[in-house]
Amino acid sequence: MTGLADLYLQQLKTGIATMLQYRASLVIWLIGNVLEPLIYLVVWTTVSRSTSGTVGGYGTRDFAAYYIVLMLVNQMTFSWVMYEFDYRIREGTFSADLLHPIHPIHADIAENLSSKAVSLPFMIAAAAGLTLLFHPAFNFSWAAAAAFVPALVLAFLVRFLVDWTVALAAFWTTRVTAINQIHYMAVLFFSGQIAPLTVLPRPLQIVANILPFRWTVGFPVELLLGRLTAAQIGTGLAIQAAWLLAGTLLVKYAWRVSVKRYSAVGA
Amino acid sequence: MNFLRLLWVFLRVGVMGEAAYPANFLAHLVDSALELGTALAGLALIFAHTSTLGGWGPDELVALIGVYFLLGGVIGLVIQPGMEQLTEAVRDGTLDFTLAKPEDAQLLVSVWRVEIWKMIDVGLGLVVLGIGLARLGQRVGVAEVAAFAAALVAGAIIVYSFWLILATTAFWLVRVENILVIFQSVYEAGRWPVSIYPGWLRFALTFLVPVAFAITVPAQALAGRLTLAVLGGAWAFAVVLFAAARLFWRIGVRHYSGASS
Repeated sequence: MTGLADLYLQQLKTGIATMLQYRASLVIWLIGNVLEPLIYLVVWTTVSRSTSGTVGGYGTRDFAAYYIVLMLVNQMTFSWVMYEFDYRIREGTFSADLLHPIHPIHADIAENLSSKAVSLPFMIAAAAGLTLLFHPAFNFSWAAAAAFVPALVLAFLVRFLVDWTVALAAFWTTRVTAINQIHYMAVLFFSGQIAPLTVLPRPLQIVANILPFRWTVGFPVELLLGRLTAAQIGTGLAIQAAWLLAGTLLVKYAWRVSVKRYSAVGA
Repeated sequence: MNFLRLLWVFLRVGVMGEAAYPANFLAHLVDSALELGTALAGLALIFAHTSTLGGWGPDELVALIGVYFLLGGVIGLVIQPGMEQLTEAVRDGTLDFTLAKPEDAQLLVSVWRVEIWKMIDVGLGLVVLGIGLARLGQRVGVAEVAAFAAALVAGAIIVYSFWLILATTAFWLVRVENILVIFQSVYEAGRWPVSIYPGWLRFALTFLVPVAFAITVPAQALAGRLTLAVLGGAWAFAVVLFAAARLFWRIGVRHYSGASS
């Protein structure tokens, strides 16, 4: 086990060094990850202002709080592996990774974590700026904050496993853009990004509870905002744990059948 | 109209180059249709809870999404690929060949590469625009359509000049592809009327990244809410920005030292 810990530590170090070299691409991701929640924040606060009451249980300042927290949670859980896998496999750079005596997902997780370490200060600054501009209604409680920590870790792991499984599609087809677009749509609608899930029509809410996406973004956000009862939090954490198990098995199986299809010059 | 003749030539070359891969047509159609579907589904969700968004009705926003796709398609079809190639040509010195040609170099670099599949976005944008117009019905008369066309042309000139200025910085900064990508991510903000954004963001989307003139103003014309003053302002901005871009390009070219010099 210390072997794996050493590996993560080393990967984190090199990852952070690389991120600091390629600052520009980091800035691009940052702008995108701030701008998208900001746009929906503005849209929904505009909607709630035009309807005198609340929308799906959210008032104007609740929407602001929701999207500021969502921006942070999304940053902490998002990954870009599905955009990178296509390149790796098409260009054959994956050959070297396959020779490593360890599952390649570990290097990806470590790289992702190092990007978060570098970008977190900027995201917190952005969140502070948006807090000043939009006067969100936070009701903070220590109990919710304590439950938020495991929920966030589980959300990150589940989202990473799902993304990684989707990314494996690159082994099977060279046209992954459509698959990525469908995946993006599913995340947008069912994770709570386009709107808080209580704003969606009832049937879509049911679908969102069944799919993994809500448990990777929306659930930790609602939890931290104090919108969930203790029972809901317990059930949510259990569902996240179940998805973690299912995701691990899924990655194992999908990896086994997918990697057999890989071929490159020299392989 | 040298510009149109050249554009036509490069478009034809683009079609010939891609005609060998007909399956790509379907793949790109699926991609664009999914993106459009996402945008329209988002609208449906919002208008399930309200009847207007910042004073815009659902049909007006459908038309706005049409404009967003139409202009986004034009940018992706000719402006973006050309400007990306320009930054590359500056870096590796192949711009020498272009500068030596008898045709105006700015004209050449503006049309020398086309991403022909983006025609799909242009087409889909027109269809959505048409649907929005049909639903707006009689409220759109000849005057509105004329104002729309004028605003759209001004918007296209503004976006083109803006891209040219960004790409021209490559003469000094060498690696600017990333700046171009940032424009793309900010362009997304144009999917909504800029009037809903708070003042500082509206200012940024009007003058720093001119999304407002490109998308909101033309769509406003269709909704019959465009005053002559705003249209005049858009054209004045277009002319000034185009002249500035041209001047900046000339200074850039003079600054350029090619691979052979």
